[in-house]
Amino acid sequence: MDTALNFYILTFFDLTLITALLWLAYQSLSTDNIFKAVILFVSFGLLMALAWVRLHAPDVALAEAALGAGLTGPLFLAAYRRMEKLQKKERRLERNDEQENDEQS
Amino acid sequence: MSSHNTYPERKNSLALPVILLTSGLFLLLSYTLLSIEQAGGLAAQVQSALPKSGAESPVTAVLLNFRGYDTLLEVMVLFLSILGAWSIGRASLPQALIKTSTIQISCVRLLIPLMILIAFYLVWQGTRFAGGAFQGGSILAAAGVLLLVSDFPKLIQIHSIHLRLGFILGPVTFILIAFYCIFTNKTFMAYPAAIVSQLLLFIEIACAISIGLTLAALFAGGRPAQESSIAQRKGSTL
Repeated sequence: MDTALNFYILTFFDLTLITALLWLAYQSLSTDNIFKAVILFVSFGLLMALAWVRLHAPDVALAEAALGAGLTGPLFLAAYRRMEKLQKKERRLERNDEQENDEQS
Repeated sequence: MSSHNTYPERKNSLALPVILLTSGLFLLLSYTLLSIEQAGGLAAQVQSALPKSGAESPVTAVLLNFRGYDTLLEVMVLFLSILGAWSIGRASLPQALIKTSTIQISCVRLLIPLMILIAFYLVWQGTRFAGGAFQGGSILAAAGVLLLVSDFPKLIQIHSIHLRLGFILGPVTFILIAFYCIFTNKTFMAYPAAIVSQLLLFIEIACAISIGLTLAALFAGGRPAQESSIAQRKGSTL
């Protein structure tokens, strides 16, 4: 392929990648929805792996894809599930307390 | 509060100082980065010492040989993380054997050996190309996560002593080899030149197993429900 054309395509790709990374990072940090934040974080990790490939660091790219996106994401999701379970339990306890109070009164 | 999965409250009083500090740090880092001479870093030195390192990939040579001490500390940090997770509570695995669909189980049975094969291929080829203990270990951990989310029936029969031995396999192998170097070369972690590549591969395989087990156990989120017989005996006497 023509080297100049190749250069333009790659520069365009890099700029798109950088924009997408910054946007995903901002969205992931600013959203109020934790589940959405985790999904955005995983997408950020995958794009970050692509960025490492563009920086000619295949080792870091592999680690980022496997650890950053593949494992940290599920870890966050597992923690999220536990948080939800805990909150449900707390609510049930609160409801039980209310019922007891009602019965007493 | 609109929904249960939102943050309880947002405090914006710290936002301005944090933004200012972060921008200051960003500018400082940018200035430092731009003021560094374009000398190519340490690549030339690494390349010249590569034949002696026992690894053909410069990344593996730096990670396990030239800066092996850092990698040892990284493996120890992972070990500390699982110590923390296990001291908090028990894993929420299903207590009784639940019925899982046949298709799911056979799919998992097909995938797990393949994942283990790929993991060890990544470790083995890490001495020459991209890959290594962390990459292979994370594939192993992914296999473990797959087993955990598919509620594989045999999983709750795993004894915690096996997991404990698995966690320390990597750090202990690394430290033993590092101390072995004191006896042969009079220096900590100065691998003997004759068997350096074999030693590196040995460390990498042991570390990959430990990393995989640790990350999968972190996903499970706590100690296994079934404790080792030693712990049970201790508990009964107390």
